[in-house]
Amino acid sequence: MSGVVAVIDYGMGNLHSVASALQHVGAEQVLVTHDAEQIRQADRVVFPGVGAMRDCMAEIRRLKCDQLLADALVEQHKPVLAICVGMQALMTHSEENGGVDCLNLIPGEVRYFGNPLRDAAGERLKVPHMGWNEVRQTRPHPLWQGIEDGERFYFVHSYYVDAEDRGLVAGALDYGVTADAALARDNLFAVQFHPEKSHTAGLQLLKNFLEWNGQC
Amino acid sequence: MGLAIRIIPCLDVENGRVVKGVNFVDIRDAGDPVEIAIRYNEQGADEITFLDITASHEGRETTVHTVEQIAENVFIPLTVGGGIRTVDDIRTMLNAGADKVSINTAAIHNPELVRESAERFGSQCIVVAIDAKRVADVDGQPRYEIFTHGGRKPTGIDAVAWARRMAELGAGEILLTSMDRDGTKNGFELGVTRAITDAVEIPVIASGGVGNLDHLVAGVIEGGADAVLAASIFHFGEYTVPEAKAYMAEHGIEVRL
Repeated sequence: MSGVVAVIDYGMGNLHSVASALQHVGAEQVLVTHDAEQIRQADRVVFPGVGAMRDCMAEIRRLKCDQLLADALVEQHKPVLAICVGMQALMTHSEENGGVDCLNLIPGEVRYFGNPLRDAAGERLKVPHMGWNEVRQTRPHPLWQGIEDGERFYFVHSYYVDAEDRGLVAGALDYGVTADAALARDNLFAVQFHPEKSHTAGLQLLKNFLEWNGQC
Repeated sequence: MGLAIRIIPCLDVENGRVVKGVNFVDIRDAGDPVEIAIRYNEQGADEITFLDITASHEGRETTVHTVEQIAENVFIPLTVGGGIRTVDDIRTMLNAGADKVSINTAAIHNPELVRESAERFGSQCIVVAIDAKRVADVDGQPRYEIFTHGGRKPTGIDAVAWARRMAELGAGEILLTSMDRDGTKNGFELGVTRAITDAVEIPVIASGGVGNLDHLVAGVIEGGADAVLAASIFHFGEYTVPEAKAYMAEHGIEVRL
């Protein structure tokens, strides 16, 4: 039973695709909201994000979504899925916009891919990292269920996550550097890619999230 | 292994209907963009581009509704282009469920629109479409210029310099169409494709002129494109998306299979 899924809306970009993908895989009710009570009442929480980090952090703080997220994670112990900039916002600090302090829920940096970026053979790589890349599952997790190791997901980002505690890494991607594609800690799962845009594999991950009890 | 080269079918839509038609054998309504988008999604297309050629204001409201319906049913990235002139137009399309919008003529009239919209919505959703045409060589080097009005009106702007400027202003991607080749089925204009892919750090989608699968391969290997866009070869069932991907993979190109 998925129950009610709250997609935290802090005003950055369109969250309909996340909501409709969750509904497509069987969510009973999806609320796109920053209402404290609705988020407290929800059974699970999605923390998405698009756009520039400085604006995102400003809105997250202004709407007190930082506190709501911390409550859901730590006090209420609900399953939480962070997506893209939502994942990056969990970290300590981002290099974007000249340097932005983030939520520090997971110690680590958000770094620029670099310019020029090159692969192991010296070929130039484009930034943003845009398109379908392989995700190496670095450890088992309920959210990987039914998804093959090395499956491709859709990414679009110029900055990548580098968590301090390498034990939290659940998925890795290679693009000139090795970056964290997924982090997992207790009832939190965070992904750099967009499951809502990643076709079958992405929908499977969202379905797994709806069925997840928050244990790993 | 790394990032896959993307294959992007393109739908030309007018007043909520696909024009030029689509000729799949088992499709119910060849003019319904939603049904066609779902079909390409099922075939494993990496993205879908939706080009709105509707002229009237009323027709554009239909477009918004169509984008909403596609976004509810298709879980791959969707780019919407055609007639995007203002930040409000961009917001409308993003709110309807587009992941990216493509700006063409409006960027030429007002390059600041690219900066403003990239700052507001993020570079990841701002695609700049460039319609380029080869003009007289300069010092023996080919020169490509930006044209508007479907390739009829020259602007005097150098296509390579323009691509660079658009990237500096915050474009997240370039959609490059060769107006010499569009509709010819003679293959991409590889000279301009290579010149622009080399000039910018952001991804470049090659478009215009695809008539067979070798053209897709050449666009990537010789042109250096990060993605290839095609319309008619897919619409008329000449090739399916999986056939195109299999052929590209045979030629050493990394694709999402």
